[in-house]
Amino acid sequence: MADLATYALTAIGLVFFVAGTAGLIRFPDTFSRLHALTKADNLGLGFIVMGIGFQTERWSQLAVLLLIWALALLAAGTVAQLVARAALTTGKDE
Amino acid sequence: MSAALDIALCALILGVGLATVVGRGVFRAVIFFITYGLLLAIGWARLGAIDVALAEAAISAGLTGALLLAAQGRLRTMKTEAEPPARARLPAALAGLSVACVLGWAWFALPVDQAPDLSQVLPESGVGNPVTAVLLNFRAWDTLLESVVLLTALVGVWMLAQDADWDAALGPRFHARPNGVLANFGRILPPIGLIFGVYLVWAGADDTGGAFQGGTVLAAVILLAMMAGALQPPSVAHPVWRVGLVLGPLVFVLAGIAGALLSDGFLTLPLTIAKPAILTIEAALSLSIAATLALLVIGPPDDQGQDA
Repeated sequence: MADLATYALTAIGLVFFVAGTAGLIRFPDTFSRLHALTKADNLGLGFIVMGIGFQTERWSQLAVLLLIWALALLAAGTVAQLVARAALTTGKDE
Repeated sequence: MSAALDIALCALILGVGLATVVGRGVFRAVIFFITYGLLLAIGWARLGAIDVALAEAAISAGLTGALLLAAQGRLRTMKTEAEPPARARLPAALAGLSVACVLGWAWFALPVDQAPDLSQVLPESGVGNPVTAVLLNFRAWDTLLESVVLLTALVGVWMLAQDADWDAALGPRFHARPNGVLANFGRILPPIGLIFGVYLVWAGADDTGGAFQGGTVLAAVILLAMMAGALQPPSVAHPVWRVGLVLGPLVFVLAGIAGALLSDGFLTLPLTIAKPAILTIEAALSLSIAATLALLVIGPPDDQGQDA
């Protein structure tokens, strides 16, 4: 049962990662690429963390996984803001 | 299944490594280099060498990546021709290829000494982590020289400063809007990074971790605090920072001399005090590594941004 949940949740997570990567490659400018990356990948990582969470043996391992996700969310959100501002001020779409 | 994963990983490492070397543009090469370091870290983790994986991710991908990005940014602001001239490419490629060939030849040609079984001598080291036992006890000489090399590298970077800038604060001026995204990030992450860095050093005695990995995490904390404006980059003459820079090598050398006077020889640690001695050296070393690596990325004193 736990294995089944892991398969399903990590598979959903991977779909989001694929979608985010497709967006990164296909979208036309910096801002929409950032949008694809941060939204889809953060969600995908969340699903993968949930999936792996079913394999943990102790609560502390689950806490570490959740901490990783929270830190990744924080870093991705901040970096996206900074990249967007840099793109805005230099005015380059690359 | 795991064999397929390993083969895919090897192919990725080789492909990204190739892309780093042959791709055009400095920025692209730096990004590929960082990716290469992260993939290599996964490779080390797959081999069960978690200590090496941590060091690879923190130092090679993280810190060296930041160093290269800073250098690339500096080249761009100086409007220097970052792209090497076409006629330099072939000699550079040949030089790189010959270094790789010599290293490959040495790998096969050098005799392999029968290394002592580490599991037998580990109890004599005072610590439970074999990597830490080698780094700070059995091969402490190498680690001492490494810490001095880091310090020398920093002095070398400072030598690049112009005379007029010497008394200015180190590095470029960072702009972070008060209460902006970066300023908040610089307040939230450093406490977590501090705990994690200190934990890595402390846990390194008996578990995965160590002075270099923990020190690099602490260096990242210092860098982030400086970029977010929470911490001002010091000048070259700042006394506290200077003490921090030399503390690690100094404690290391003093411990070595103490070993020469009281025990069997330079850098030998008698078992009774091995663990406290190693922890003391590691703590001092981590501080120095953190300060040195952070200031390496910050760069030489620079008066340019003072008016901005």
